[in-house]
Amino acid sequence: MSLKTFKGGVHPGYHKSATEQKPVVPAKPPAVAIIPLSQHIGAPCEPLVAVGDEVKMGQKIGDSKGFVSAPVHASVSGKVTKIAKCNSALGRPVDAVFIENDYQDTWHESVQPHPDWENLTADELKKIVREAGIVGMGGATFPTHVKLSPPADQKIDYVLVNGAECEPYLTADHRAMLERPEDIVCGLKLAMKIVAAPKGFIAIEDNKPDAIEALQKAVAGEENIEVAVLHTKYPQGAEKQLIKVLTGREVPSGGLPAAVGCLVQNAGTCIAIANAVRKGLPLIERIVTITGSGIKEPQNMLVRVGTPVAEVVEQCGGFTANLRKVIIGGPMMGLAQPGVADLPVTKGTSGILCLTDKEVTIDEIHPCIRCGKCVDVCPVSIMPLFIGSSVEQGLYDRAEKYNALDCIECGCCSYICPAKRPLTQWIRMAKGEIAAKKAAAK
Amino acid sequence: MIIPAVISLAALGLIFGGLLAFASQKFAVEVDPRIEAVQGLLAGANCGACGFAGCAQFAEAVVDGRAPVNGCAPAGAQAAAKIAEIMRAETPKAEDRKVAQLKCVGDCNTARAKAVYDGVPDCKAALMFGGGPSACSFGCVGLGNCARVCPVDAIAMGENGLPKIDVTLCIGCGLCVKECPRQVIDLVNARGVHHVRCKSQEKGKQVRAVCSRGCIACTLCVKNCPVNAIHMENNVAVIDSNICTNCGTCVEVCPQKTIV
Repeated sequence: MSLKTFKGGVHPGYHKSATEQKPVVPAKPPAVAIIPLSQHIGAPCEPLVAVGDEVKMGQKIGDSKGFVSAPVHASVSGKVTKIAKCNSALGRPVDAVFIENDYQDTWHESVQPHPDWENLTADELKKIVREAGIVGMGGATFPTHVKLSPPADQKIDYVLVNGAECEPYLTADHRAMLERPEDIVCGLKLAMKIVAAPKGFIAIEDNKPDAIEALQKAVAGEENIEVAVLHTKYPQGAEKQLIKVLTGREVPSGGLPAAVGCLVQNAGTCIAIANAVRKGLPLIERIVTITGSGIKEPQNMLVRVGTPVAEVVEQCGGFTANLRKVIIGGPMMGLAQPGVADLPVTKGTSGILCLTDKEVTIDEIHPCIRCGKCVDVCPVSIMPLFIGSSVEQGLYDRAEKYNALDCIECGCCSYICPAKRPLTQWIRMAKGEIAAKKAAAK
Repeated sequence: MIIPAVISLAALGLIFGGLLAFASQKFAVEVDPRIEAVQGLLAGANCGACGFAGCAQFAEAVVDGRAPVNGCAPAGAQAAAKIAEIMRAETPKAEDRKVAQLKCVGDCNTARAKAVYDGVPDCKAALMFGGGPSACSFGCVGLGNCARVCPVDAIAMGENGLPKIDVTLCIGCGLCVKECPRQVIDLVNARGVHHVRCKSQEKGKQVRAVCSRGCIACTLCVKNCPVNAIHMENNVAVIDSNICTNCGTCVEVCPQKTIV
């Protein structure tokens, strides 16, 4: 059987061997948890607690009235010491609640298992997902309950679990699939129940045979769930690409997967849904891969949301002397950080990648030689070279005409460019400028 | 031998001359003579700061009444008065010549960097990286967007990482002011010699932590100004160029050497 794949893409070095065989170990809870009030795409939360309040683990400490939003919860029990700005991986300071840990880990009374969870209705399940603050854990952090509420005229035919983990270095989803396959299948079944989808897929790249085996065992006897084995290629795990590969349907430009009857959930998100529905647990911890040559002991860790990145790094033996770059996320789509001070792990932190001067090469930007490689590898069929040259000249209108807004920022064009042109970065700039112009026009 | 050639050429010349004369009468395009007159008064830099593609388009717009008579900043007040005369409009109030001035002294020796930035050499791109590589969130990013948009090459990036503005070349078009993502360039009265070169709204302690020359809001300049031309705004001293006599007292008293 030929493996399923999509048009374009690249084959970067995977570098997963450092952590793929290492079981997930719990990280030490932080002395002071820094819980950002905006850990998702959408309206930021308003704090529900005040300085000096005692909070318990799992207590809702921030919520918003906006539909596209997700509440945040205390990941430790203790006292709120301040509500102030902290750094975020996106580079903008965000408001956060600082909680001094009392190390008692007393659960809040709202955290109760749902004994009758199998008989809950779709709306009740959706409410549980929202109250648990679940967001897309692949990194995009789109609120899951919004995804689970497609427009009434769009019927969902397929729910896809994204276990591709095509980003090099990261192994968080891989370990989750190996260690908690039942939870993933349970989360998938719950998502299928909420949107009344008849069929579910669990998509895994063929470089994770052990995870494929584990999930095939877990879905044995489930007639409407299939484990789909994908060709190992980046960006196999991009939402629109995954849908095209598994269902042959193409998400229209500017549209959402629901428009073609699909719903994609990350493997980690499925575990969070299962935990929320069965055990009543809000999303207060996640698996993070701490890896790269710049860290002494690469590991997969179960980290409480709000743990400072610096503390997590310390538990992995610290940085090596020749550290050059720290990236939150993977090397292709992750965000380089100017520092780890005051930077907490959030719901969307899939990895902390520490690269040394050997792995980080800075190349001079050369003129485009029009080889067209970026067009060949672009999974969304846009022409990065023209957008890049438009941005270089400050012609953002022209960049928009070349469909800069369709870019998924996978980074394939920058990766493949023989002239070392920072195409993805230019397109990101264009997106920012176009958005600013649209906002100004309103 | 030569005569038939002369005659035939002369005849051809007469015929074509007649045709051209006819065509110039028949197909004449009427151009408002004011457009040319207005265009002659403009700066001719085609900088685009007026919002039109170039000087010719701006002149057309003025004549059509779509642009104000003083819309060309580089041409200055005198030209605006003459254009107003052509257009039989009221002479606009004369404004002083404006030039761009950099309001930051945080160069690579004085301002602390919080990280090394290796990305796209563009100020806007650098700000997407954790709010910029410099520790000060108000200072110049130093990647030269202003120098690239300047239509008259009045801005060059200095070795210290800050742009150098040649005020004798500056035509006051304001393109650099619009481009700068940190708003550290201001259009100021060309009469002014001394400027507070800092925009940090932080308190003194935070400023000192990130820059050795930023304004710490000590208000010494405000207290010492003999003509009371300086006041504080959001923790930064501001000099009112209409009152300032360029005496230089503030430059002497400023402990941070922010006023230059």
